[in-house]
Formats: sequence, structure tokens, C-alpha cells
Amino acid sequence: MSVSLATSSLPPAAGPASDPGASASQLPVKCQIRNVGFHYGKFHALKNVSLPLHDRRVTAFIGPSGCGKSTLLRILNRIYELYPGQLATGEVLVDGENILAPGLDLNLVRAKIGMVFQKPTPFPMSIHDNIAFGIKLYERLPKSEMDDRVESALRRAALWDEVKDKLKQSGLGLSGGQQQRLCIARAIAVEPEILLLDEPASALDPISTQRIEELIAELKSDYCIAIVTHNMQQAARSSDYTAFMYLGELIEFDETERIFTRPQQKRTEDYITGRFG
Amino acid sequence: MQLYDRRRLTNRVVVGLSLAATAFGLLFLVFVLATLLKNGVGALSITLFSQATPPPGSQGGLINAIFGSVAMTAIATLVGTPTGILAGTFLAEYAHGSRLGEFVRFINDILLSAPSIIVGLFVYTILVVPMGHFSAWAGSVALAIIMIPVIVRTTEDMLTLVPNTLREAAAALGAPKWKIVVTVIYRSAVQGMLTGVLLAVARISGETAPLLFTALNNQFWSTDLNRPMANLPVVIFQFAMSPYVDWQTLAWAGALLITAAILVLNVGARLFASWSGLEK
Repeated sequence: MSVSLATSSLPPAAGPASDPGASASQLPVKCQIRNVGFHYGKFHALKNVSLPLHDRRVTAFIGPSGCGKSTLLRILNRIYELYPGQLATGEVLVDGENILAPGLDLNLVRAKIGMVFQKPTPFPMSIHDNIAFGIKLYERLPKSEMDDRVESALRRAALWDEVKDKLKQSGLGLSGGQQQRLCIARAIAVEPEILLLDEPASALDPISTQRIEELIAELKSDYCIAIVTHNMQQAARSSDYTAFMYLGELIEFDETERIFTRPQQKRTEDYITGRFG
Repeated sequence: MQLYDRRRLTNRVVVGLSLAATAFGLLFLVFVLATLLKNGVGALSITLFSQATPPPGSQGGLINAIFGSVAMTAIATLVGTPTGILAGTFLAEYAHGSRLGEFVRFINDILLSAPSIIVGLFVYTILVVPMGHFSAWAGSVALAIIMIPVIVRTTEDMLTLVPNTLREAAAALGAPKWKIVVTVIYRSAVQGMLTGVLLAVARISGETAPLLFTALNNQFWSTDLNRPMANLPVVIFQFAMSPYVDWQTLAWAGALLITAAILVLNVGARLFASWSGLEK
């Protein structure tokens, strides 16, 4: 997929992105969101959103509550389809394949695109089994190999040292920050290609938040990461690209540094300087 | 300050009323248990478990009734538990606002509050009359019919309590729906579901009316499910109403046995749930 195609499909409102910086044009696009819209029943929650998600980069979605950023994330792995009465339009191309196309095996789509939620969601089983759950869905592994996979996922999520002696204990017994890292470990254990993080640190204390942010910085060397956050400093610190959304529309998409120093749109500037939202 | 005093007074009055209501309820529970213990403990003996129900005036026990109750409750539970859990799962996980779901839920609520004697008469009509005789099978079916709606309701309620975020988290890993339900949702709800099954077992182990029309009773030891079978509730009913003191004593013993069995079942299931459901 060429980047020129990716950037040229941006709406005019996102003008600055069609003037790609030198570094941006060299990055492969993992996921191209094209003219995506979304309806909850009669409510039109997303309007004509287009932007690229670059491989091995972090894209942050910011904007006031209800602007559609979580909704957009929930389209990317079609998790919204668990509920009736919700409809997405447009295209989401992952490596050129439209994952919104009808007839796709949803479970396979979701296995390729991991997601971590706002509230930690450990399953009511042991720490080991939490990680093994996802792996077992698609692979039959002998025990020793499974143990290796569990260990490496926990190591990648920077949790191994804290839990290596209690893998058989319930995941529910961990602290909030540990539970969230367990969920991240669980998501990366199935080796997805894209990682969606929906306000992963908003329910955590500052120290746990910092650990999650360090983890994101670590993980981006392997994944295409999209993160929704209410915390502007977090977006500024941990992302390469930032998309500002407002009332279901993408207002501006650019490199994070530019969004936070020289935003092109008045509303973006008002939001990041705290004048509203 | 006046407002604060009034508030404090209101608080005291309401707390006082709550305590009084609790004491009132507990008083009767203690009263019932005390009477049961007083009359039942003296009636306990080895022969209860070694001899069948006697004719008036001679020695005997309750072994035929104990066996009958255990057997029919077990069969009803084996039939009722999977049926109830599957139907409850359908309502909670698959029926999302569908008309079939609404219909099943409505029918289940009616069944839940149906008088048990009606269930007895129903099974009498569809099983006992065509077969030409009372039988333990008919008794088990009647008990299962009483049990199913209780389990359907508790299963649905317990599954609905499991937060949707857990379903989303499992789905986001690429797990198919059935797998999410069986491995994640059931595990989260296992304690509540088990309590529901227990409630249902407790409910049917004391039912008399449906058995009167189906299993009836049997003075003798019998393991033939095609014939009438003795059972504790009907024996208690019959013996307690009798003018014979030795029969009345046996009825007290039977009542104590049922109560103790339910207690043991409850404690056992709780232990099982905390052992299997991973300590927090």
C-alpha cells in the first residue's frame, strides 16, 4: 500500500496531513481507515473518518467525551457487532484487506487485532490460564512450549518478575495496574498485528500509568498501536501521530509533535490548550 | 441543629425497626429449628437407616423413604440441571430482546409460580394414567418440572450479572461465542449458578403435593422405578397425621433428616465453589 494513496484519502479538514513530513512518508501504513461512519440506532456517531495507522508507530486519538474515538477503535476489531442495532460503513483496510467486508470470519479478524479495555478484564482463572486462553484458541502446543509462550508474553508486558512465583493464582488477585498489564500480555500472547488500547491507563494510579506508558513505548517496535486517551500529556508523551476528533468527525490528524506545537485547526488548538473539552 | 437532631432521631427509629424485623424473622426460624431438634433428635436411631417403614405398633425405620427421596431428587436434578442451565444460558446470552426469548421468559415465570399440586396433577394425567400405575419415574418428572424454572431463572440472573466487558475482552482475543460462555462467563457465575441449583434441590426435596399424585408411597423397600416409591415428604405427611405415637416419632425424625441433608448440601456446595472457583 502506498502512502500517497493513504494520505490523499484524508478529508480536507485534515489538511496538514496531506503535506506529509519526510519521516511520515517513509513509514508503511498497516491500517487504512477510509470514509468510516457509524450509527448507534438512529444516532450518527461517526462521520466520514479517514486516516492511516502506521506500522510500528503509536497513533493517539484525543477529543472530548462522546466524540467517537472509542467508537472508532471498536470498529477496528468489529467488537461493536456483539450488540444489535449498530452499523459501520466505509472501509478499514488492514494490509489491503477490508475487514469491514461481510462474510469475513470475525474471530480471525479479532485474533489479528488485539484490544485492551479501560477497565482491566482478567478472566476468573489463574494468571497462567489467562494468557494461555487466547493462545489455545488457535494453537495446540505441548505444555513446555505453552509455558514458554506464557512467560515471554508476561515478560513483554513487564509483569513476569512480579508474578513468576504465583502463576497458578487467580488473575483477580492482582492489583489494578498488574491486572491491566496482564490484559496487555494476554492480548500480545496471540501475536496480533495491531494493538488497540482504549484508555488503558485511565483507571490506574500515576505509577501504574507510567509503567503502561513505558510498556507502550516498548511494544511499538513490534506493533501498530492505536490508543484512545483523555490524557493529553499521555498522548503527547507516548504517541507518534495524533488524531483529534470532535462530534464524530476527525478534525485533524498529524504527527504528534506538530499537533501539540503547531495545530492547523482552531478547534484543535482550543482543545489542547484546555479552552474546552 | 434542629434538622440534625431530627435526622438522628429518624435514623434511630429506622435502624430500630430494621433490627426488630430481623429479630422477628429469626425468632421463628430459631423456634422452628428448636422444635425440630427437640422432637427429632430423640427419634434418631440406627434402625432409621436399616429398616423400612413399619405398620403401626411395630419397630421400623425410614430407609425405603430415604432411598426414594434421594433417588427421585437425584434423577430430577440430573434432568433439571442441564435443561435449566441451557435454557437460562439461551435467555441471557442468545435471546437478546428476541420474541422467542420474551416468550420463554414469560412461560418460565408462570411455571416458577405454578402451585406444585398442579404440577403433580399434570404429571398424573400425562404419565400415571397412561401407564396405569404410580411410579418413581413419574415422581422424578414432577420434581424436575418444579426444578427447571428455578434454575432457568437463577442461571439467567447470574449470567446477566457478569459484566459485558468480560465478554468483549474474550471476543477481542478471537474466541467464538460458545467458548466465551463456557470458559469465561460460566466461571464468573459458577457460585451463583450452583446456589441456584441448590435452591432448586432444597425446594424439591421438601415437596409433598406433586409426589402424592405420582410416586405415591410404598410401605416396603423398593428400588423399582416403575413402581410406587416411598419418599420422606409423603411419609412425614402420612405419619404426622396418624394417631400412632411411633409413626409421629418417625415423622419428626424424617423432618430432621431432610433439614440436615439440605444444610449439608448447602455447606458442601459452598466449599466446592470456593475450592473450584479460585480464591480471590
